[in-house]
Amino acid sequence: METTLSGRIWKFGDNVNTDDITPSPYLTITDPSELAKHVMENLNPEFAGGVQKGDIIVAGRNFGCGSSREHAPVALKAAGVSLVVARTFARIFYRNAINLGLPVLESQELVDLVEEGEEIKADIERGEITVSSGKIIKTNPLPENVLGILEAGGLISKVRRILEAGE
Amino acid sequence: MSAGATLSEKILARASGEESVRPGDIVDAKVDLAMSHEACTFVIKSFKEMGAKKIWDKDKIVIILDHWVPASDVKSASLHKTIRDFVNEQGIDNFLDVGRGGIAHQILAEDGWVLPGMLVVGSDSHTPTAGALGAFATGIGFTEMAAVFALGELWLRVPENLKVIMDGSMGPRMDGKDLILEVIGQLKVDGAIYKAIEFTGSTVDSIGISHRLTICNMATEMGAKTGIISPDAKTEEYLAWTGKEYEAVRSDEDAVYQEERVFDITDLEPQVACPPNVDNVKGVNELKGVKVHQAFLGSCTNGRIEDLRAAAEILKGEKIHKDVRMIVMPASQKIYHQAMKEGLFDIFLESEATICAPSCGPCFGGHGGLLAAGEACISSTNRNFVARMGHPESFVYLASPWTVAASALYGEITDPRSV
Repeated sequence: METTLSGRIWKFGDNVNTDDITPSPYLTITDPSELAKHVMENLNPEFAGGVQKGDIIVAGRNFGCGSSREHAPVALKAAGVSLVVARTFARIFYRNAINLGLPVLESQELVDLVEEGEEIKADIERGEITVSSGKIIKTNPLPENVLGILEAGGLISKVRRILEAGE
Repeated sequence: MSAGATLSEKILARASGEESVRPGDIVDAKVDLAMSHEACTFVIKSFKEMGAKKIWDKDKIVIILDHWVPASDVKSASLHKTIRDFVNEQGIDNFLDVGRGGIAHQILAEDGWVLPGMLVVGSDSHTPTAGALGAFATGIGFTEMAAVFALGELWLRVPENLKVIMDGSMGPRMDGKDLILEVIGQLKVDGAIYKAIEFTGSTVDSIGISHRLTICNMATEMGAKTGIISPDAKTEEYLAWTGKEYEAVRSDEDAVYQEERVFDITDLEPQVACPPNVDNVKGVNELKGVKVHQAFLGSCTNGRIEDLRAAAEILKGEKIHKDVRMIVMPASQKIYHQAMKEGLFDIFLESEATICAPSCGPCFGGHGGLLAAGEACISSTNRNFVARMGHPESFVYLASPWTVAASALYGEITDPRSV
């Protein structure tokens, strides 16, 4: 995983739930690129068509609340989203994103400071975000074990290494 | 002398081999029970990508098909087939196919899979239902479940504890659903993110396991990692038939809680969560005149025999409103059978409700009872998000089985105590 990245912002509000991210009619889809075609379609119909590789989601409180469906971070990642920054995350979404290698950072203030379409830079390891004015926003740095999963490229790679080491 | 521990802390300490743990600690915990449903298809994919060959312990894995049962289309039939192939290949005995189980959270409780003190993980967000029996039960994702299938453990951050104290006696035609909706309305949908909610107080002591399962089931709607209730005589009685031994771990008197919230239940009226969020809760009498087109009774939240009996008491000898269709979906095969033996089916059929097989179908907008644009449903389920039960312009009102049945009779949201 790249620990520094930059991208354009898509803004969302509070309590974006997993039904918003991946509506239930698509839950039997197993191909991530197919899921990506429908991501956020009830909330922002422009999103799936407009999102580009590297784009960043900035949202309010409780992002990813609702079900445990991993389709939600899978679809966001497949659509090209490189990072989600929210005031807070729902816990299962947070773990799923980390496990898939999609970075997530918590910032109380970022959503109030940035505009849709603005380019920002993020340093995941340091938990720092640089907005277009040059101002640096500090986020809660990720716990060491979480960073370890991201650095391994997600939980699948990490478990593969554990299993290989045990053989 | 150090302070005492909560039930959650005791379970996580034991599961991670530590003397004691405190909120914020990150532990590697060994899982006592892992449940998966159709999500298992995706679990299997990750399991194989990990290079895993064999599941860690077949006695600790239960797989229950419940979301698209019976298979609603070719895609869901294919998901089921993938799971059956994996179950056969791995020699998993604890597999409940169509007709042999029901909704997973109900099965874990009624079939005696969950015991007090266990660490339970499930690839479903309503896994905290099992906390009603004194287990630490939490929902996880699919890749994470694959890691559990391979290794039998996962990392957990020990959660802060939120004590929800409910005091007072529950009035007639009230349900655990009304209590938890009242709590969610106050604490809001992000009021317990990452936390363990422990439910306690004289109300909780006095109500049965059915109500407790409903309460813990919806802890997840506040973002909680788990909802949990210390086991007592009612828990013991509920589990007596299993003959299984367990240690009835309870929270210490001097355990530390980050926050305590007290709810007086005495004069509470039936509660309804209005679209499009579960914390948009109002008293039933504020919603007089709101028309409903469908009434749904079922789900892991309120599809138990007690819930069916409640609805039958309201519907007995009556016809549901001509503009309403009512769907009754018992949460398990056993409940289905019991309801039939008790004559509840006669009551439902004579009132012109339809009775369907146990499934999560309509609750998550999958199949079997979805809504068209402009339609409203009064539902005993757990979520009312946009498009949750069908069209993005349909509306879901969450309520108790009593309120669902009363509203079905009158075609509008109705206080069941007035019927």
